[in-house]
Amino acid sequence: MNSAPDLILDVRHLTMRFGGLVAVSDLSFTAERGKITAIIGPNGAGKTTLFNCITGFYQPTEGMLTLRHDNNRQFLLERLPEFKIAKQARVARTFQNIRLFPGMTALENLLIAQHNRLMKASGFTLLGLIGWWSYREAQKEAIDRARFWLDRIGLLDRADDPAGALAYGQQRRLEIARAMCAEPVLLCLDEPAAGLNPREALQLNKFLLDLRAETNTSILLIEHHMRVVMEISDHIVVLDYGQKIAEGAPAQIKNDPKVIAAYLGVEAQEVA
Amino acid sequence: MQDHAENNARKSRLDFGGALKDAFVAALVAFGLFSLMLGVVTKTGSTGTLTVSPRPGLLATSVAIVFAGRFLIALIARYRGKHRSGPLVPPRITSTVHKLERFVAPALLLFALAVPVLFFQNRYLLDLGILVLTYTMLAWGLNIVVGLAGLLDLGYVAFYAVGAYSYALLAKNFGFSFWLCLPLAGVLAAFWGVLLGFPVLRLRGDYLAIVTLAFGEIIRLVIVNWQDFTGGPNGISGIPRPSFFGIPFNNEPDGFAAIFNLEFTPTHRVVFLYYVILVLALITCLVTIRLRQLPIGRAWEALREDEIACRSLGINTTNTKLTAFATGALFAGFAGSFFATRQGFISPESFVFMESALVLAIVVLGGMGSQLGVAIAALAMIGGFELFRNFEQFRMLVFGAAMVGIMVWRPRGLVATRTPSVFLEDKKPIPASIIEEARQ
Repeated sequence: MNSAPDLILDVRHLTMRFGGLVAVSDLSFTAERGKITAIIGPNGAGKTTLFNCITGFYQPTEGMLTLRHDNNRQFLLERLPEFKIAKQARVARTFQNIRLFPGMTALENLLIAQHNRLMKASGFTLLGLIGWWSYREAQKEAIDRARFWLDRIGLLDRADDPAGALAYGQQRRLEIARAMCAEPVLLCLDEPAAGLNPREALQLNKFLLDLRAETNTSILLIEHHMRVVMEISDHIVVLDYGQKIAEGAPAQIKNDPKVIAAYLGVEAQEVA
Repeated sequence: MQDHAENNARKSRLDFGGALKDAFVAALVAFGLFSLMLGVVTKTGSTGTLTVSPRPGLLATSVAIVFAGRFLIALIARYRGKHRSGPLVPPRITSTVHKLERFVAPALLLFALAVPVLFFQNRYLLDLGILVLTYTMLAWGLNIVVGLAGLLDLGYVAFYAVGAYSYALLAKNFGFSFWLCLPLAGVLAAFWGVLLGFPVLRLRGDYLAIVTLAFGEIIRLVIVNWQDFTGGPNGISGIPRPSFFGIPFNNEPDGFAAIFNLEFTPTHRVVFLYYVILVLALITCLVTIRLRQLPIGRAWEALREDEIACRSLGINTTNTKLTAFATGALFAGFAGSFFATRQGFISPESFVFMESALVLAIVVLGGMGSQLGVAIAALAMIGGFELFRNFEQFRMLVFGAAMVGIMVWRPRGLVATRTPSVFLEDKKPIPASIIEEARQ
């Protein structure tokens, strides 16, 4: 490794305004390829807004978001609609309040994540309609991939159960698996540990670390659960009132007076 | 807390006071409603003047019936502790219904195939069969839009009209045959579906429903007012009747009967039409079943479940909605061109909002997304409509009562379960309650 870091995401001067409210203000940070970058901050700090800008659900007011694939292909995320960010730039995300397809089975949920690949294989439905072999093979492959991920999250025996009938922790895991089925280069997780018990949170830690090690997927993580954040992240960005107040390795952040002030609500003057 | 428990204990016994109160309120409402609807009648006098005469007896009787009925229902409901009891239909019955379901579809199909043989002499029944199948096909087509993709479309009849007029105009002006016009009519209807879809698909739910409703009316009004092209309110008559792949159904030496050495009867044509619409409806059904197992169908259903999640997974929701609209419209176009060739005459009268509402009612009653439920609902609704033709005045009353009944006992339609499109080990039907619960 040389000195220049291999960046996957480069956020520059990102500002997001909703009328008079500035949710994210002049935010710049970078995320390295194959690393877990955590974004933390008190409630209302603009973390989810940042995610929505990265994944295209919001059009940023100002700023530039560059995503680089490892073949040096670049995507300017602020110019793409959300489905193209998922399809071409291959950024996958999960949601703070789980967004599965509750009436469809776990397996179907994972197949929908592979929609674009299957769509192409089915000749945009026309070949699939007559049962073309290429589609049948693609479908088999897609099911195998889904089976692999179901096995990884320990839900293989629930494959044919509707997602809405799964327990909360299982739904969280299924949502991550669904995002992974899209084979993303950047995985954005919005509070994956929210509502999990300590044991489940520990499992999640291990799962995310394995994920990074095995698939070399870069992960962007919003989390309140400090144990999760401190244990697994390589790099932490701290937001407060839409601005970056600190950035660095977990050990560094843990002792940053500004961060402690933001979390414990101490007046800024007292710290300084 | 204690109060509540006492209340329950009291209610578990026969609670005459509460039931009386309920019945009184219901009777009051009934009086308010019926005093104008039944209580007075207008009569034309000998000089042509309208006189209003009251009918206190009828009014009193109907209010009394409402009072007594509500009293009994309230009494029974309180006795059973309605709020605590489970589903109205006991699970035992529901499970037997599930077991029967597997045999219902093949039985219905066999019956549908056999109808012309069984009722060859009964022209009325054959016509009714054609009508039922036409609505089944329309409902199956709408099922793609409403049931699978979850887009509430109140203007579906517009595409039916486009199909019918496409056939009528192409066949009359250019002499195209039915089998050539059929795909053309479908494609034209699908084209209009896409055209409508583009501006509308940003809307959701109620807003989408209103715009589609308006679109249905626009198409009808254009047909009414564009006299030179569509014949306006006079409609188009003398639309070529279908032939048996070029052999006409007439009493000539080169007609169908003569060539196949049969005695001539006009029923041949009706039977042929019956099988044409049966095949068209089955194609609609099979294509829908097939589409559900393809990525596009799965994306439609995912769209119904959660649009934002779809977009986060790289699904182009605009295109996906448009294909749903276009596919639904395509089948409506087919049905429309069949309708035109069967009737031989079409006018804007056939494409009023009531038709859209009827088809939508069939889909909702049948259970959104269920092919079998929709077919049964079409049979019940259209067949039932005909059954009550003699009681012209009460037809809508019975229709409404049946709707209310079904919505009480099976609020999610006749077949409310969803069959997964793909499975690893076994295919378990998904109860609608799970879908519903998760949405709240």
